[in-house]
Amino acid sequence: MNGTGQTAITARQLTRKFGDKVAVDHIDLDIPSGRIYGFLGPNGSGKSTTLRMLCGMLLPSEGHAEVFGLSVVNDAEAIRRRLGYMPQKFSLWEDLTCDENLSFMAELYGLEGDVEARIAEQRITYNLDGLRKQRAGTMSGGQKQRLALAAATLHAPELLLLDEPTSAVDPQSRRDFWERLFQLADGGATILVSTHYMDEAERCHGLAIIAEGRMVAEGTPRALMAGVEAHIYEIEGADGSEAPRLIRELSWVHGVTQLGIRLRVLADPSVKDAEAQLRALLKQHDIDARVELTDASLEDVFVVATRPEKLGRK
Amino acid sequence: MAANKFTAAVRRLRAVATKEVRQLSRDRVTFGMIVGVPLMQIILFGYAINYDVRNLATVVQDEANSSMSREFIAQLKATQVIHVSYTTNSSDELARLMREGRASMAVVIPRDFERRLQSDTRPVVQILVDGSQPQLAVVAGGIAAVPLLTRHGEGPYSGGKRMTPRRIEIRTLYNPEKRTAVQIVPALIGVILTMTMVLFTSGAIVRERERGNLELLIATPLSSLELMVGKLLPYVVIGLIQTTIILIVGAWLFSVPVVGRLVDLYAAALMFIAATLGLGLFVSTLAQTQFQAFQLAFLTLLPSILLSGFMFPFEGMPVAAQWLAELLPLTHFNVIIRGIMLRGADLPEAWLQLTKLAGFLTVMLIVAVVRFKKRLD
Repeated sequence: MNGTGQTAITARQLTRKFGDKVAVDHIDLDIPSGRIYGFLGPNGSGKSTTLRMLCGMLLPSEGHAEVFGLSVVNDAEAIRRRLGYMPQKFSLWEDLTCDENLSFMAELYGLEGDVEARIAEQRITYNLDGLRKQRAGTMSGGQKQRLALAAATLHAPELLLLDEPTSAVDPQSRRDFWERLFQLADGGATILVSTHYMDEAERCHGLAIIAEGRMVAEGTPRALMAGVEAHIYEIEGADGSEAPRLIRELSWVHGVTQLGIRLRVLADPSVKDAEAQLRALLKQHDIDARVELTDASLEDVFVVATRPEKLGRK
Repeated sequence: MAANKFTAAVRRLRAVATKEVRQLSRDRVTFGMIVGVPLMQIILFGYAINYDVRNLATVVQDEANSSMSREFIAQLKATQVIHVSYTTNSSDELARLMREGRASMAVVIPRDFERRLQSDTRPVVQILVDGSQPQLAVVAGGIAAVPLLTRHGEGPYSGGKRMTPRRIEIRTLYNPEKRTAVQIVPALIGVILTMTMVLFTSGAIVRERERGNLELLIATPLSSLELMVGKLLPYVVIGLIQTTIILIVGAWLFSVPVVGRLVDLYAAALMFIAATLGLGLFVSTLAQTQFQAFQLAFLTLLPSILLSGFMFPFEGMPVAAQWLAELLPLTHFNVIIRGIMLRGADLPEAWLQLTKLAGFLTVMLIVAVVRFKKRLD
């Protein structure tokens, strides 16, 4: 068992190309064991491709990665026994029942001892007892997701790779799901989860923001928010006006987001009198609104980190 | 350690096969097709169409060996219906060539050919026809009706008269009543097996990919070989069940006999199942969706039905089509199965066809395995 403090996954210059397209672009990873580590990024940013390389399904075009010190290229088979993987799309068999799916996976992983007892245990943990004879195809999104996680954790893997596990479930199921992830992490498992939900990303112990195949920011969510390369101003009372358009035209503004009656303005930190400039601009157009400096959210971090200029494009 | 590894592999393989059977039993349409298709086809193909035949492989036993008999053979050749592939002096060898299916027709000219021609009322020539193949008996009838005249319009042995057709005796071996069902049923086994093995298995493998199950399977300790074998095994059993259905229905409805040994028949069916499974595997590596797999499967099925000698005699086809037919496993299986079921041939006698099937299997497996590995990447 890997205790906390050890490294579960390391990657150096990990790269994957599909023809001319670079899906994953020289990523370095050091993921500690016993933690929940998140990949935050938009669709098509290379999160899934990275996960697939880590479980040996795809070969890296360049660079290398080790899981538990084993090469993902040469020791994929040994890694697979210690790993649970939950693809983005529900990948169990829809024409098999809950129990049949679980027994099949138990056989594939060669579970030792009382297999039935282990399956029963998983059924209780993942609240599947009422669904034993139900075919997976007729289950709700949340039920399918619980079944998929039960199947992925059946063999008590040391590493769990979850590819956007909550994209098809309701908010309550998402909350329950994360509760379970923390329980698994407490039990010593390392969890690597990809998401495009900010609230989920914020719950991770460690986080990598990925855009266009590159890792553009990394750290704990708190450190990322504290170290954001922008000043955030909140403007209240300017909703319904042309303020968003006017503010966007300022060269030092990286982005404007409307949140209900408030506008969130991401300003370049090099501009010292940003607050005064914003006030002047609003006053000039007879907009009566309050402007104040505020703390960065993870979404602000994401917007700043994935700015086109940041990615080397205009 | 090695034993443990093996046990684990067998356990995974068994799990895959069990899952496949379970899924299949819930897919009522497919399950119905497994039984329904053989029944439907055996009734549909109960009637065959006759076509002209040329260049039949023929063995000639010329006991007279006179200028007249040679002239007669030349006349037969001139019709282009027969091609003299073998000449022999031994009745045993003639029988062997026929039984092995190397010759479809035999012409026996008796020692007293000339005498019978002049005065005798007995048949002048005997033509033996392989009745296990469709339409050949009809063709032989055509030969007997050929007016055997010389260039000058005068036959040296008929005194200027036409040789009357009834004076050439035609005997249809192995299928004396010339019943179509007798020719169709054995070949139908091959057609049905081709359908099951190529259509169902390629669909079953592609389905895992299409529904995203493969992505999960790749991340488990299951190897691609275990996955393939586990998924294909149930279809081997299904193929044998279908063979049995056809044999029973063929015997019951159409009184089609099994002259040879059942063991040989099932052994030949297994060899053919293996070869067509190879084809099914190959198709599954080409197709991305089940729909594509079905289209590709039909692409292989149609030539199999048309060119394999199932519907039309192999000898009647243009050379290019014959070359294509040589590539189809069904062509060779038809020769084997007709031999065993109708002519009572032993399996080892079909060594040439068996070798071709084995060669086909080897090539398909190599291509499929190479392609499937790439696909995982």
